[in-house]
This record gives sequence, C-alpha cells and structure tokens, in this order.
Amino acid sequence: MQRIGVFVCHCGSNIAATVDVKKVAEMALHEPGVVHAEDYQYMCSEAGQEKIQKAIKEKNLTGLVVCSCSPRMHETTFRNAAERAGLNPYMVEIANIREHCSWIHKDIEEATEKAVILMRAAVAKVNLDAPLKPGESRVTKRALVIGGGIAGIQTALDIAEAGYPVDIVEKTPSIGGRMSQLDKTFPTLDCSSCILTPKMGEVNAHPLINIYTYSEVESVSGFVGDFTVEIRKKARSVDMNKCTGCGVCQEKCPSKKTPSEFNRGLNTRSAIYTPFAQAVPNVPVIDRDACIKFKTGKCGICSKVCQAGAIDYDQIDEIVTEKYGAIVVATGFDMIKLDKYDEYAYSQSKDVITSLELERIMNAAGPTGGHLERLSDGKAPKEMVFIQCVGSRCADDRGKSYCSKVCCMYTAKHAMLIRDKYPDTNVTVFYIDVRTPGKNFDEFYRRAVEDYGVNYIKGQVGKVIPQPNGKLLVQGADLLDNKQILKEADMVVLAAAIEPNPDVRKIATMLTASIDTNNFLTEAHAKLRPVESPTAGIFLSGVCQGPKDIPETVSQAGAAAVKAIGLLAKDKLLTNPCTAHSDELLCNGCSQCANVCPYGAITYEDKEVNDHGIRETRRIAVVNDALCQGCGACTVTCPSGAMDLQGFSNRQILAEVDAICR
Amino acid sequence: MSIEKNEEFRPKIVAFCCNWCSYAGADLAGSSRMSYSADVKIIRVPCSCRVNPMFILRAFERGADGVIMCGCHPGDCHYTSGNYYARRRMTLLFSMLDYIGVENGRTRVEWVSAAEGAKFSQTMHEFVDKITSLGKNVRLEDLRCRS
Amino acid sequence: MQELINRAKELLADGTVARVLGWKAGDLPYNPEPAYFEKEEDFADFVYNGFCGANLSKYMIEASKLEGKTLVCLKPCDTYSYQELLKEHRVDRDKAYIIGVGCKGKLDIEKIKAMGIKGIKSISGAEIEDEAETLTIDTIYGEKSCAYKDAMLERCHVCKGKDHMIFDEIIGESKETKDADRFAEVEKIEAMSPEEKFAFFQKELSKCIRCNACRNVCPACSCRKCVFDSNKFDSSQKANVDSFEEKMFHIIRAFHVAGRCTDCGECSRVCPQGIRLHLFNRKFIKDINELYGEYQAGADLEPRTPLTNYTVEDAEPGIVAERG
Repeated sequence: MQRIGVFVCHCGSNIAATVDVKKVAEMALHEPGVVHAEDYQYMCSEAGQEKIQKAIKEKNLTGLVVCSCSPRMHETTFRNAAERAGLNPYMVEIANIREHCSWIHKDIEEATEKAVILMRAAVAKVNLDAPLKPGESRVTKRALVIGGGIAGIQTALDIAEAGYPVDIVEKTPSIGGRMSQLDKTFPTLDCSSCILTPKMGEVNAHPLINIYTYSEVESVSGFVGDFTVEIRKKARSVDMNKCTGCGVCQEKCPSKKTPSEFNRGLNTRSAIYTPFAQAVPNVPVIDRDACIKFKTGKCGICSKVCQAGAIDYDQIDEIVTEKYGAIVVATGFDMIKLDKYDEYAYSQSKDVITSLELERIMNAAGPTGGHLERLSDGKAPKEMVFIQCVGSRCADDRGKSYCSKVCCMYTAKHAMLIRDKYPDTNVTVFYIDVRTPGKNFDEFYRRAVEDYGVNYIKGQVGKVIPQPNGKLLVQGADLLDNKQILKEADMVVLAAAIEPNPDVRKIATMLTASIDTNNFLTEAHAKLRPVESPTAGIFLSGVCQGPKDIPETVSQAGAAAVKAIGLLAKDKLLTNPCTAHSDELLCNGCSQCANVCPYGAITYEDKEVNDHGIRETRRIAVVNDALCQGCGACTVTCPSGAMDLQGFSNRQILAEVDAICR
Repeated sequence: MSIEKNEEFRPKIVAFCCNWCSYAGADLAGSSRMSYSADVKIIRVPCSCRVNPMFILRAFERGADGVIMCGCHPGDCHYTSGNYYARRRMTLLFSMLDYIGVENGRTRVEWVSAAEGAKFSQTMHEFVDKITSLGKNVRLEDLRCRS
Repeated sequence: MQELINRAKELLADGTVARVLGWKAGDLPYNPEPAYFEKEEDFADFVYNGFCGANLSKYMIEASKLEGKTLVCLKPCDTYSYQELLKEHRVDRDKAYIIGVGCKGKLDIEKIKAMGIKGIKSISGAEIEDEAETLTIDTIYGEKSCAYKDAMLERCHVCKGKDHMIFDEIIGESKETKDADRFAEVEKIEAMSPEEKFAFFQKELSKCIRCNACRNVCPACSCRKCVFDSNKFDSSQKANVDSFEEKMFHIIRAFHVAGRCTDCGECSRVCPQGIRLHLFNRKFIKDINELYGEYQAGADLEPRTPLTNYTVEDAEPGIVAERG
C-alpha cells in the first residue's frame, strides 16, 4: 500500500478564492493510501517545496498528489522537489485545480466538489504509480540545417564556430536564399549582395560546414540527439569535383527559354545554369525538363564545350544517410500567388509587378541591368504606385490574416531609391497603416516622406485598370481626405504577402514538428521558447517561424544556433521513462503494434518464456526505450492488453475514470 | 462529500484530453477564465491514440452520462499520426454504440489545439447541454456500480 | 471424400506430413468434430460432409508448435482465417500442408430442427460427393425431407466466394451458394429507431451466458490470454448479473477483431444460445467498407489492417451522428 501525501495549493487567491482548499485537504485524508494532507499558500515556492520534502521524510511518503496549477506549469518543479527528498520523481501526480477548476468556476461549493473529485482521481492514479527511471541516450555531435538562406547560413556559421560540424541542405542549386535576390536592404541601404556574399563564401570555406545544394531531405527518423536523415542529392548532371565554374556551358547552351527562377520569371535562363553569378557553389545544374539532350537525346553541346569534362548526363539522384543530434529548420518564405487578386491586373499587365520583382529590376545584375523601366515597352516610368497589404492583414480567405511585417519598410526603401535615382518619377504609396517598429525604422520612413517627397495615401486600391494607351488607371480611396482617387500610373508595385515555403508542411511532417494554420512552424512557447519547436531537438530559424526582416532573422538564427549548441554540448540525454512495455506472457507476437508505432520502436524477438510452467519460444514484441516517445498508439492496438504504457497504464486511467464516476 | 441537488439533473462527464493540444487548450480556457460546467472532469492522456474504447465503456459502466475525447487537430499530432488512428477507432466505436441503440451524442470527439481555449470552453458547453438534454445514461450503466 | 482420404494417407505414408487435421464423425449424424488423424486406421472415422462447418484454421496455432507438418483441410472461407493468422505470425506456414477442400455450402442442424424435423436418425444428401438439392432425413417419425438450401448456415447464403486464398493443393468441387446480401440484416437494424435497436440487442444479449464459445472458436480471437480473463484492465469476467457486462464484452470483442475478422461466421454457429453474434462483426465490416474502402480480412498478406492504418482524409467520428 502506498503512503500518499496530498498537498493543496492556494495559489494566493487564485485557487483559494473559489475552492475551499481546507476542505479538499480534509477530504483527501479519507482516500485510500493517503496518510498526510495539508494546504499552503504557494506550494511551488521555496517554503512550499520544503513542506513537501519535510512530509516525505517525516511520514515516509511513497507518493505525492499536488493539487495546484496545470502539470504543464509545475509538474517538473514538484517532481524535482520529490527527488531531492529521496522520492522517485514519477511518484508525483498533479490535480489541476486551477486552470481546470478554480479559474473557470464561480460557485465555491461546486468548484470545491470538483476539486475533490480531481484530487481523488490523482490519488487513484498515484496508488498505481511505480517508480520510473529515465534512460540515457547519446548525442550525435552534428547538426543539420534545412535551408541555405541567410537564416540557415547564420545558424550554420554560429554552430560551426562553436566547434560542431554542420550540414546545410538547400533545395535550389545555390545557397543565398531570398536575400540574394534583394537589391538594397533597409534601413541602411547597403547592398544586399555586398553583405551576403562574404557570408556565403565563409560558409563554403568553413572546414566544419558541408553544403548539400540541389538536395532535399527525404526522410527523418530517430529523436532528439540521434536523428537519422536521408538526403536526396538530386542529379546535377555536372561533376562538382571537375567543374571549374567557367560558365562556357551556360553561354553555349542552345536552350535558353526557361523562365529564370532567380529573376522571378522576368527573363530567361539556359537549361544548364547557375541561378546567379555569385552562386555558391559556382557549379551549374542541368534542368532536365528544359535540356534538349534529355528531351530528344540530341545536342550535348555543353559536354563538348566543357574542357574540364565535368558534364555527366548519366548522373542519378543519390541518397546520403547521415546522423544528427540537432536539426534547425530555416526553410524561409515565398510571396503568395496573386491569382486571387485579379482586381490589381497582375496577370493582365506586365507593368503590374510584385515588390520582389521590383528588387530584381532595380538590381544591377537583374534583367534590366538595374534600369527602372516598364517591362511592356522599356520606357522609364514617370508615375509609380505602390499598393500595400496585398494579401496581408486580410479578413477573407483570399489572403493571409497576418501582417507580413517587411512590406512597409521595403516599400519606403523602394520609394526612396526611386526618388533618389529618378527625381522626375513620382511615387505614390497606398497604405492601410505604416508600421515601422524597429531601430531607425521610423526615421527611415519619415525620410522617404519628408526628404524624398514620397506621396503616402492612407487608403486601399479597389482596382487597377490597364488603359489602351498603355497606362494603368488606379482607382483608390483617400481615407483621410475622404475622397475617391483616380490616378494614372506607368507602373504598379504590389506588396504581396509573404508565406512560408510551401515545402515546409512536408518537412514538418517528417520532423513531427507542429505547424500553425498559416503553415508557420510553431514554437515551443511563444514567449519563452521562441526558437525551439515543441518537438525536442528541432529548432526554428528565420521566416519559417513567422514574418521577419533580415536583422531579426539573423538574431533568431543565432539564437537557434545557441540552442542547438546547448544540445550538442551534452554527452547524454535523459529519455522520457513513460514508454510502452510489452508483457511477454500476454504478447501474441501479432505485429499489430509495430504497424501503428510512429517511431519504429517496436521489434520482435523469439524469446524463451516460462508461462506458468510452460516453457516455450515465443515471438514477443520488444520496445526500444530510446525510440519510444510514449504516445500509446500500440497499447490500444494490442487486443490482449500485453502492451501498456508506463505512467499512463491501463489500470491507472481506469482508476481515474472510476474515481471521477464514483 | 456529496452535494445532492436532486431537483436538477447534473450529468457526469469524462473528457479525455491529449497532453499536447487539448489539455493545453483546456489550460488556456482556464487562464482566459472561459468558464464551462463543473460537470466536466478531464483525464490527461499523452495522445488521443492512448484512449482505449475500454476506457469509454468503463466510464459509462460506472455511471458517466457522456464521454468526450479531445486531441490535436488531424495533421498536428505531436506524435505525427496518433490522432489518425484514434479517429478511426472512435468512429467505429461510436458507430457501434449507435448500432446497439445508445443515444447519439453521448460520445463526441473534438480536435482542440493548444491555442483554442475558446473552442474548448465552447465545446464543453455544447456537450454538457447535449448530455443534459439526453438525461441520465441508463442504457450503458452497470447497476451494480451505481453508488 | 475418398479422394481426400487417399491423398491424406499417401502424404502421411511418404512422411510429407506427420498428422492430418480434419473432421471425424460425432456421436450424432450431424455433429462431426475437428480431429487429428495420425495413423492409417484412424481414417475409419474421417468425414467431410455438409455438416463440417468447423473452421480448422485456429487449430493450426497449436499445430504449428508440433513436430513435423500438419495436413489441414481448409474450406474456401477458412483460408481467409488462415491467411489472417499467417499475417499475424500466429501460424507457421512451413508447418502446414494445406488441402483446399471443396464446399457446396454447410448445413445448420438448428434450421432443420426449426422446420419441425425431430428425432433424427440419419441424414442423406449431405455427403460431399452427392450433395443433393434435397436432404433426406430419416427420423423416428419416418422419412422427412427438406431443400439443402433451406438448411444452409446463414453465412453460406452470403458466401465470400469459393476460391481458396492459400493452399498447397485443392481437392473437390465447390458450388456457389451466395444468394443473399451480406449486409441486409445489418441494414435492417441500422434502420431501426434507437429504442428499437436497444430493445433488439438487449433481447439478443440477455441470452448470453458468457460461456466464451464464441471467443474460443474465433480464429481472430486468439490471444494467449483474453483481456477479460486478465488483470490488465481490471475487467476480469464476472457473472452476468447486469446486461451491460455482456454488451461491453461483445462490443470489445468485436472491436478487437475489427479489421481482422474474416466474417467466417463461426461465432454465430457455435453460440449455444443462438445469439447472432456475426451482427456485431458484420457491422464493423460494413462501416470499414463504407468509410475506408472495401476490405476483406485474410484476402492478402498486407500487414496493415483498417484499424492500423489511416488516411489524412478519413471521416470524422461525427459522421455517425450525421448519417443518422
């Protein structure tokens, strides 16, 4: 029989104001196994914990019930307190009488009655608790970073600098990400490439960093400290070791009609290509869908002109399997598709563009060589209109409910750059609100308005109508002057919402990391654990977690790196002891449990058993404690009840049911 | 302790909540002071896939009037796929209960995320109302277990 | 039958198999029982006729532990059960020599008795070779007759088909017997009001004496120790004082075999109280077919069954209330 102590917390008045805590403690003494009960103002305080420890020692307690706040809040606190007093920490159960009781009920009698029932259920469970010991698992001292944009680059550099090897997996042929597509960066207006390319070079040269470009994560198994990841290295058709990056193949390639992904489809590229001149690695890939050789079998020009003999048409995808202790997700973002925004005439007119397309147009290495010009006729625009919040802060399901956070600032940047370089060009910005919280951000925006004469109009644009004369008629509203505005523009720039990279859902599923309704990865705690996923060993870097600008991304990338380093620095991890176990005398060896185990933790052994005198060799399920995460899927699949979960056993849950229904 | 309120029927309701989403959703309902009936008592399980049909039948046997199971939304299971298995199991179990003539609505599954405190509270409101309108569970109760 | 006996003797003699699992004549003309035959002279009792409804596949769990191969006679529907056991690693294929025996529908003595035919001395027309359209029954009250079809087990009217799913060789002819809709009975109950459903099952299950015949005969219900006999769920068997006890047992039993039950119908055949237990299993089979796609347990060796599988688009449990 257990000797159970019940401790009822007042939580100041949080519990005590609605629950008669003395009554709960008094009722506890009538429960089987309970030998001690007391109440105290703050059980979680130093003094409260001491009371618990004192009672454990003086009354030789074998189990504890703490009636307090949610176990998600202080279960660990009380378990640690128990351990310090020599009691197994898993002999502690929490009755949640705050979140699930005092905070939601007003009637004292009713709340007290419920608190007593919750206490009883916890006592019933503790009565069947058994001491558990966490296992240990090793930590593979290597990190994986998924995504090679600025977030991934920074995380990888920081982890490598701490002395741990890092692999970066990047889907496209080069690292660099979105930042490499940008022209200038706010609020300092320094050139994006000038600050990014040195970092790309640094990552490439770092002895502890290995980059897999044109590669994707194929599968992930394992758990914190010991992930096994399969990486698909897509066939590049170019030998990385032989290629010198001379670029002749790209020049000579006769298939040049594929829209350039890097330039957002504003111009075309060859079938064999590097996305941009500063690509890392500077090794092209053959786009097999565009390549004449792959489509017809004829051509082969690149192979003929390549003096290094690097072209290899027979290359096939290669699967690399590697072990990691920590995984950082840095999958970044894309702009939303604008097919639901016909009113802005994006698909009808070449002169309606997105902000990211404008970045490419403004960029010296872009499709227009950095000249601001209309894509329809190449003329310099005299009237430019920027429309904010296209798909951001959207109430209906066409767009996103959130603020994309970066648009106000980059639009101010664009406006300022245009006014600076082309003083004859007028710039009008339609906005809902201008949001500039950030160091030097508001100053930056005010400079655009005050020093550069950018015309900001508070109001939304209802329609953009392409005119026969090639101009664009913008119909909008000025909310401050309360009037309709009709404005003829040469170019319209849409600040389209950003959204997480669509691939992130697939990756999150592989990682068992949770994701919100907008496809942003969920952090373990919105305030206190913002760079960790709720899944142990998975960290979040950059826009995959939520909209961010570059400075924020870099800070978060560093924070994610530190969390990963903190994990990699450990030699061993303690594993959750609430794992499944199979009773070998009851196990049928039917393999059903293995079918539902998400972790592949169940295997089968032929084992000699002694079943009440009958000795025979039986096929028995065996659970690998290090792999089992304790979900319990197997326990319900098992018809004989051989499979049970420690800490949440069948009998314990039934005891709780009974206590509640009593 | 028993506070008898004979004049009105107060149902006994057992709610199984997964640790990661729904239990946290219930916590959020609490910290947001979104009240719901005290007739609901929550049992924490690691995942909705831990809920054995036996637990549900046992609750009815012992006199529960309604049983609700809450888990992470499909696709968001902390263990990737637990709630998908739970979904099939509960669908079949509920179908069987319906088949043997147990009133529809004594059992329910609702997916509640950790951020859906309001949904948790709302769901419990609805469920308590439904069970109250169905009245006492007499079809699945073991009379010997009545106290 | 003679061909079967000759072949069995041959395989015993040449050492291919160590024993034969078949049916031997019982003490009444209509109750043959499963039996092992190890020596040539044992075969005097061997029968295979219309009353050999017993599914021998479950015996192969124990037979798999014996020395040498066991020749087992499996009817087409029995092979589904065997394959399901094979999938669950409960039987050893290398320890079995499977003779797929022909089937022309199996008989239900209760149906004959229900026609008012009593005092039965012998029945002709049930032998496998000359299964006739009509059974001739010699009783102490004189000779009676009835159509073979009318005396068939319920399950044979909804037969899954006469193909053997797994076998080493096939002996004997089969004849299609399916002439009814498998789910008609289930649909009839589904159409009832909750009160009628409750009354129906209350009446059926109150007959249950918890003799466990259904559990013992069921090839899917083959746990070493049943949860209802173990302390794992505090659910040890109790006397049937209250009707819920039976409901819980039968719901859980059906649930445990859901997706694994081949609908062999043995539970209903052996129930001494005549409870139509297949109504539970068939309800789950119908639900699985409708919700998760047509599925026949034992038709293949795919390891995942409907309850150890899922799709992202699966129906929500609320569908039960929606479809009314």
